[in-house]
Amino acid sequence: MKRIGDFILLVLGIVIAWQALHAWTGDGALTSPFATAQKLGALVGTAEFWNNAEATARAFVFAVLISLLGGIGLGVILGLNRTSSIVSEPILIALYSLPKVTLYPLVLLCFGLGISAKVAFGSMHGLIPVTIFTMKAIMQIKPVYWRTAHVLRLTPSQMALTVALPAVLPEVLSGARLGFSLSLLGVLIGEMFASQRGLGFLIMNAMGLGDIATIMAVAVFLTVFAVAANALLLLLDRTVIR
Amino acid sequence: MTDPSRPDAVHARLRGVTRSFDLASGTKLDALGPVDLDLHRGEFFAVVGPSGCGKSTLLDCLAGLARPTQGDISFEGRPVDGVPEGIGVVFQEDASFAWLSVRDNVAFGLRRAGVDAAEIARRVDYAIGFMGLREFAHAHPAQLSGGMRQRVCIARTLVLQPRLILLDEPFGALDQQTRLLMGDELLRLWRETKATVLLITHALDEAAMLSDRVGVMSARPGTFIDIVETQWARERDSRVVSDPRFGGITARLWEKLRAESLKIMGASAP
Amino acid sequence: MTREGWIRLLVVALFIAALEAACRGGLIPRTVLIAPSAMADSLWHLLRSGEYAADIISTLRNVVAASVLSVVLGFALGVGLHALPRLRRAVEPLLASYYAIPTFMFYPVFIVVFGVSPRAIIAIAVLLSIVAMIAGTLTGLDRIPPVLRKTAQILRMSAPTRALLIDLPAAAPHLFTGIKLAFAYAFIGVIASEFILSGSGIGYAIAYAYNNFENRKMYGLMLLVIVLATAANTVLDLIDRRLQARLQR
Repeated sequence: MKRIGDFILLVLGIVIAWQALHAWTGDGALTSPFATAQKLGALVGTAEFWNNAEATARAFVFAVLISLLGGIGLGVILGLNRTSSIVSEPILIALYSLPKVTLYPLVLLCFGLGISAKVAFGSMHGLIPVTIFTMKAIMQIKPVYWRTAHVLRLTPSQMALTVALPAVLPEVLSGARLGFSLSLLGVLIGEMFASQRGLGFLIMNAMGLGDIATIMAVAVFLTVFAVAANALLLLLDRTVIR
Repeated sequence: MTDPSRPDAVHARLRGVTRSFDLASGTKLDALGPVDLDLHRGEFFAVVGPSGCGKSTLLDCLAGLARPTQGDISFEGRPVDGVPEGIGVVFQEDASFAWLSVRDNVAFGLRRAGVDAAEIARRVDYAIGFMGLREFAHAHPAQLSGGMRQRVCIARTLVLQPRLILLDEPFGALDQQTRLLMGDELLRLWRETKATVLLITHALDEAAMLSDRVGVMSARPGTFIDIVETQWARERDSRVVSDPRFGGITARLWEKLRAESLKIMGASAP
Repeated sequence: MTREGWIRLLVVALFIAALEAACRGGLIPRTVLIAPSAMADSLWHLLRSGEYAADIISTLRNVVAASVLSVVLGFALGVGLHALPRLRRAVEPLLASYYAIPTFMFYPVFIVVFGVSPRAIIAIAVLLSIVAMIAGTLTGLDRIPPVLRKTAQILRMSAPTRALLIDLPAAAPHLFTGIKLAFAYAFIGVIASEFILSGSGIGYAIAYAYNNFENRKMYGLMLLVIVLATAANTVLDLIDRRLQARLQR
């Protein structure tokens, strides 16, 4: 109960700080919380908003699937062998720290301007952390688990599915949450750069028109969605882990 | 005592076994050997030795988890290559799977081996009962004490009906009283399964009270410098400590071991 | 170098070689990707010609400014939060789930407020990276072993002396991890902002080259970003690892 109380206080604090910022910078800069809420309410009633949201959602779902399945798969393969995990880790971390926007033109040249490019953007961002988390989790499996698996004469696939995967599940779920958020970001940034549809595009469009209210409204909408989804995943995390 | 029906049957044999590692700096580390040992079928054999002498390496080689650099190891007349069928191992660290209940932990090996469900249920029930885990069958390892978790690991090994059971300091993390009680459990297990048992321990009293023979290893690279026969009756338990011969056996073990342990510390025995 | 280090080098070299072969062999059309050797050649020329000198300086200046701001502000906020446990507990969920917030979506807000300028870029870069520094500071302060504090008491150290001679060195490894991450995110933030909308900077130059079909220049600049990011992050990571090793007992 106390935690919910603290959470409400936090949200209240943010809204108050927001209002103060708005008062300080003036209306031409930041729309007030109330005005933003109003704008969002109006947007949510339009077909235009939902068409764009759908475009983003579709690319996002595919990107997340690729990030999760590909990332876990790759992470398991790399992590099971000690040499491959030591060799790959710095490479993956270097890729993670790379500003992947710089590779966007390459993606566009490969995939053209459609949804596949957006899915590629999202996957680029989400795949790497999922791989890293999964791989590290596998590397950190208690050595005695491996020895037990050998003594029980398990086949490699049995080792992977019945020992490795359950052992790494907590870490993998953490990586999945990160991958989820970053995939969304990847898709959105892709839309900001080169798309005629999607919520990222909507924001850029509003910026071109100087329509701060819309920018704020959409950004807040995305923030609330992302944070809520993350909270849900955390809940899932906690129920799965005993 | 060894199995009365086949007193001379050799269950496992090691000849000239050594194991060396190449260190990152380029030098070679001789971890073990050369080791010669005949394990008699059905006997309880303990291995004691100073730290780092290679006891765990010996177990790894015997179990097929590691390949010796030199020498031959055979189990039931066949050379050991990979983990042979019929060997069970209990490790020093807690190897119980955190995500499974006690029951599922114990059943784990059987399920992977494709044993049918009815047989699994029968053996699991028996093992859980035998190891005193019935109350905790649906608990998870995190809810259990260290001693209980080791019982889970032992039960998991037990259900596979191994003919040779290797234990690597299984009670190392437990307090003395629990150790003594677990020692009695181990003897019960040994008599019940009629398996051959090899126990690695650093506790001399444990080795002396539980085993038929105790092998004393030298400092690294470990070889057997003495094998002491206790000649206890098969129906024994920890109360054998009150037997007048117990002190003599432990004294003999310590005499040999003390010299080796001092070597490690860079001193020599006066 | 370790055995794995050599294997890694081999893997990267093979990858580049394969790419080179695929490009030269026509498997990958020149309109999509140019050969790595051509990229390197392009980079060499554009560095020599100084054509992008102003952009490079602009980017570096923004990255440094954003990093320094993040580290200093982040450290201050971290210290502040650490000293106010009630506030910290309230803010903690926000910090923990900050990575989930699509902060970059607020970049256009800064554009409208500050105009297309370095200030907007630095602002969003700081917003992206500051939490990493706050988290690092909090962890560093948390993890100072209590026994060190007790030692300071026995030696009768004053609070400022203790803070300087004991707290700071003890927290240094985690602090530096925060710095490392803050830099990495600031770099990403700056490049991304320049790329999406800006008037100058390497990111802007790449987007401009893309829009004008100047593939050679574009890939040369992309290579520049890859080299700069990898070099800087590797150095910081090395230092980080050295400091972390100190923590191993």
